[in-house]
Amino acid sequence: MSEIIVVTSGKGGVGKTTTSASLGCGLARRGKRVALIDFDIGLRNLDLIMGCERRVVYDFVNVINRDCTLKQALIRDKRLEGLHVLAASQTRDKDALTEDGVQRVLDELAGEGFDYIICDSPAGIEKGAHLAMYFADRAVVVVNPEVSSVRDSDRILGLLASKTRRAANGNGGVKEHLLLTRYNPRRVASGEMMSVNDVKEILGLDVIGVVPESTDVLAASNSGVPVILNEASDAADAYEDAVGRLLGEQLPLRFLEERKRGFLARMFGG
Amino acid sequence: MGLLALFRSKPSTASIAKERLRIIVAQERSTRGAPDYLPLLRRELLQVIHKYVNVDPEAVQVHLDREEGHEVLELSVALPDKRGG
Repeated sequence: MSEIIVVTSGKGGVGKTTTSASLGCGLARRGKRVALIDFDIGLRNLDLIMGCERRVVYDFVNVINRDCTLKQALIRDKRLEGLHVLAASQTRDKDALTEDGVQRVLDELAGEGFDYIICDSPAGIEKGAHLAMYFADRAVVVVNPEVSSVRDSDRILGLLASKTRRAANGNGGVKEHLLLTRYNPRRVASGEMMSVNDVKEILGLDVIGVVPESTDVLAASNSGVPVILNEASDAADAYEDAVGRLLGEQLPLRFLEERKRGFLARMFGG
Repeated sequence: MGLLALFRSKPSTASIAKERLRIIVAQERSTRGAPDYLPLLRRELLQVIHKYVNVDPEAVQVHLDREEGHEVLELSVALPDKRGG
């Protein structure tokens, strides 16, 4: 039985693809079979973040249109056993994704024995975002502690509660989690940035992860190695914790306070 | 910073953000799930009323209230002041 997880946010640029890639890697590292699907038709990016952009031959729309088989389009990750990527199409045709087509691909992935299917949603609330969330069992709503991101997340929560298969069937709805990214404990402490609890209180959801703002995230996308695979990074540890919580582990949130820096580090801005 | 904050009279921008979000999110949640036809219904009602009474477009309010188990569609029309003609 595979579980479909949508990574969504409404607002763009908050870290959906970074989060999808890291959650996918984290789950695969724990021995799960994972398929990562890029739903951002026309603006393919998950392949770059995963570092497999030169290995894309067939894409999601090719599979839907039966130009190729699902197996031909799935890109096997070279680092982690059981991890596969299905790239978005670069077509400009907005109607390339259909509900029936998406369902068929998801059913086929489930039939192939994938434990997790992670749907990386495009920004916005248009068709791609709608279809990315429609079949989901769970949703990871990525949010930055910033007004427009929080408001857009609430809009997305409204759609998750009404415009999904689970909502339509009335079988419990989609299970929703918040994941905060770009969290800056120093700015929270000085009252310049909303805290985890502020965001949690406004949106009324449990928090599955808080990823501190980190230069490692850009370095990770620069090099096509998801940040969770960086052994020496707080952001990686935060994502690893989020993976654990996704699997039901009870872990306290980390990196909510500014790391105490030594005298030398402060002197030299290390 | 902790001590300084005690003497500062201005609220932090984070608390301003939180307060603004609290209000707008509550407002948007209250209208969430309202049927798409409400604006259209309001417009057509206005046209019908306009045939008989010369009302201001802003004078027609359509509200959908949800209570446990049932919904109430509330329509309120403020008629023009007679003296004003």
